[in-house]
Amino acid sequence: MYDPIHQFHIIPWIPIHVGGVDLSFTNSAAFMVLTAVSSSAFVYFTSSNRGLIPSRLQSVTEMIYEFVASMLRDSAGPQGMRFFPFIFALFVFILIGNFWGMFPYFFTITAQIIVTFSLAITVIVIVLVYGFMKHGLHFLQLFVPPGVPKALLPLVVAIEIMSFMSRPVSLSVRLFANMLAGHITLKVFAGFIVALGSLGFVGGVGAIFPLFMTVALTALEILVAALQAYVFAILSCMYLNDALHPAH
Amino acid sequence: MNGRTPEEPGRSDGAREPGPNHAAEGLDERRRRLSAELAGKRQADETGSDVARTGRAAGYADAFKLSSEFIGGVLVGGALGWLFDRLFGTSPWGLIVLLLLGFCAGVLNVLRSAGLASSGFGSGQREPRDGSENENGPEGPQG
Repeated sequence: MYDPIHQFHIIPWIPIHVGGVDLSFTNSAAFMVLTAVSSSAFVYFTSSNRGLIPSRLQSVTEMIYEFVASMLRDSAGPQGMRFFPFIFALFVFILIGNFWGMFPYFFTITAQIIVTFSLAITVIVIVLVYGFMKHGLHFLQLFVPPGVPKALLPLVVAIEIMSFMSRPVSLSVRLFANMLAGHITLKVFAGFIVALGSLGFVGGVGAIFPLFMTVALTALEILVAALQAYVFAILSCMYLNDALHPAH
Repeated sequence: MNGRTPEEPGRSDGAREPGPNHAAEGLDERRRRLSAELAGKRQADETGSDVARTGRAAGYADAFKLSSEFIGGVLVGGALGWLFDRLFGTSPWGLIVLLLLGFCAGVLNVLRSAGLASSGFGSGQREPRDGSENENGPEGPQG
């Protein structure tokens, strides 16, 4: 009952097996669908009115739009705006996924490394494809820092390539580890309340402290949920900036 | 600031400055004072948020940021080395070399994300690559 890992188990809801491949509709898939549907429905219905004077919900959508647009413009320049739909979708998906995960008994999709990794690899594939499409082989200058002695160049280029390849890993590990650690901590402290509460009067009084911790951690987790969506989006913008302007 | 606002409209319009010229001047003056006050308040807000940023949540975020950068480098180096050895049968040399390179890349990532190393070693030396900028320029409005 107190198993803090239990919340991350993937449970097939509708088993589907196609040619030996497990394509079951799991709780993870269900919450991804929930995230995508709820966020796009929110954006659609709040902006379909198109009031010149926005209603409250419409202004929420407009604020998210402005926020993402200025973030993208600041870090990737005006040419970065062609990636706006992608960055907006990415940001909103992670944000809403994190927030859905904050509900008790809900599944946190961003605490699965494969979900965050596929998001990060999508960003890197777009950077690579667009970079080579736009600049051709000039894009490889990204890996050749200027002003390095010829003798050191192979080593430096190898390290630069490695550093580039570690980007999707660090991007995905960061989001995944934040959500995983936060939810485990929350669960452990909440478990302390029950464990202490069953120890009679003294334990019951002592259980107040983990209760306070749980409340404080919930607030911190909501902050982390928003912050990590922002961090993921802004780092994606910076990587896209590399694709737009490979020579720094 | 709050104490002055309620009595302002009644007094400055009629009693103190009779002519329209003076009234306009008063409005300008008031507007200037308001913008000065707003600027001061905005600055105070910014320094306030800076203080808040040094708090616990920001430290937590930084810790995750730096550790994930480092872990990313080492993991990628290790994975590449293992793959290289499996493909070419050079065990354990690929793993040793690429893991060390991954370690270097991890350190470089950490230094970069902490802002201690620039994103190119001699950054600023290769400024005269303006050709690509101009090439990008006209396409800007499309996107």
